[in-house]
Amino acid sequence: MYQQEMVTKMTDIMASFVGHIGKKLPDDVIAKLDELAKKETSPLAKTLYETMTRNQNLAVALDRPSCQDTGVLQFWVKCGTGFPLIDEVEALLKEAVVKATFETPLRHNSVETFDEVNTKRNVGKGTPTVFWDIVPHSDQCEIYAYMAGGGCTLPGKAMVLMPGAGYEGVTQFVLDQMTSYGLNACPPLLVGVGVATSVETAALLSKKALMRPLGSHNPNARAAEMERLLEDGINAIGLGPQGMGGSASVMGVHIENTARHPSAIGVAVNVGCWSHRRGHIVFDRDLNVTCDTHSTFRR
Amino acid sequence: MVEIRDGKKVLITPVSAEDLEDINIGDIIYLDGDLMTCRDVAHRRLVEGGRELPYDIRDKAIFHAGPIVRPIEGQEDAYEMVSVGPTTSMRMEKFEYEFTKLTGVRVIVGKGGMKENTERACREFGAIHCVFPAGCAVVAATEVERIAEHHWDELGMPETLWCCKVKEFGPLIVSIDAKGRNMFEENKVRFNERKDAAVEEICKHVSFIK
Repeated sequence: MYQQEMVTKMTDIMASFVGHIGKKLPDDVIAKLDELAKKETSPLAKTLYETMTRNQNLAVALDRPSCQDTGVLQFWVKCGTGFPLIDEVEALLKEAVVKATFETPLRHNSVETFDEVNTKRNVGKGTPTVFWDIVPHSDQCEIYAYMAGGGCTLPGKAMVLMPGAGYEGVTQFVLDQMTSYGLNACPPLLVGVGVATSVETAALLSKKALMRPLGSHNPNARAAEMERLLEDGINAIGLGPQGMGGSASVMGVHIENTARHPSAIGVAVNVGCWSHRRGHIVFDRDLNVTCDTHSTFRR
Repeated sequence: MVEIRDGKKVLITPVSAEDLEDINIGDIIYLDGDLMTCRDVAHRRLVEGGRELPYDIRDKAIFHAGPIVRPIEGQEDAYEMVSVGPTTSMRMEKFEYEFTKLTGVRVIVGKGGMKENTERACREFGAIHCVFPAGCAVVAATEVERIAEHHWDELGMPETLWCCKVKEFGPLIVSIDAKGRNMFEENKVRFNERKDAAVEEICKHVSFIK
């Protein structure tokens, strides 16, 4: 295949993948929502879950984005240095977003700052967001695509704690965000927590934490234990679906961490809403595709 | 007007203050009639900029929402509602008292809670705030019969005022009633008590710095 043909092919696949994740939730999210819905007993919580399920079915039947806020597109690219299109990936992702904006259709969600003008194409200075991880000795390209909606972006917060605050301070920080902002961010939430040194390292980890499959745990035993403690603790608050009360609050809590400076504990929270639209797709060097998040995605 | 239809309580625009008297927080209701999308910039233009809304919403409803619409092929200046769920109402809280006072809107639909400005507006002017289940944008779109008018298009698709005719639009969960009771704020007291207990419990197990 010529280079240009390959670029066109990958652009088309990504545009259709973006469209798909806007219309159909990932398999793990659907399973978790079903599990949480079954635990609800109050008529209000049941009505809410029923409406949510009906909405997801209608979105597929009518081929429409299930939520009107199709977000700012964010891509976390783990690209092998030997991937043939490594030089083209960032530009083609931008092109794929423009294509998806008209084909899906997506809402126009890119407003140039200071000029305060909507570009009406979903791309602008620095959007879509592309986070890069370069993988040596690999010729494949792995992409997480995420629709960062406004509602679930609002609770995002990062700060640097003094070590004296400890992991107790991390706990307080996370739980405070749940009752102040989290309840308006379309629970049941997926909560991403970053623990590192500074605001930007913690914040980036808290977003990457949202890409992990539901039910997965941090490989560090203490971090995994803290994930479980936070999940149980936030569930005990009983935010329920839509923050209107119920038996659970979250689909999960994921912690991602790095080592830290001895004088600082950077902590950040990012949340995903119940309509957690993230997809994971892997291209090999010949652009053969695998997708482990959406059994419904067909090329 | 209020109508009970197949066991559903349906508000029909124009809505009067009396229509809202028997509606309480936690009730599930539906809406027939006029519903205009209205969010951040429109609130700011009216309240801070002193610009009059180009569409009269007295005794009608607004929806804190920024939809996806598409042109209807073969028709001039006609749009179809594709996907329209509620957006975070709290962003409009700082404007909502003045907004309600100036416009005479009766039903405010959005997502999540609002606070004292909106409570005061609901109490003083006879209005309610309701939640449409968030993320359920296709359900909402199918309850929009048509888009009758659209204004302030220069703001872009999400911020344009889309003036819709709706039929049994809901379920709408009443979160602030015309007496000023606020379901989210009442829930929050309980949530915060439980949060304090959860923090105390978790902190027994996370003393990793020794």
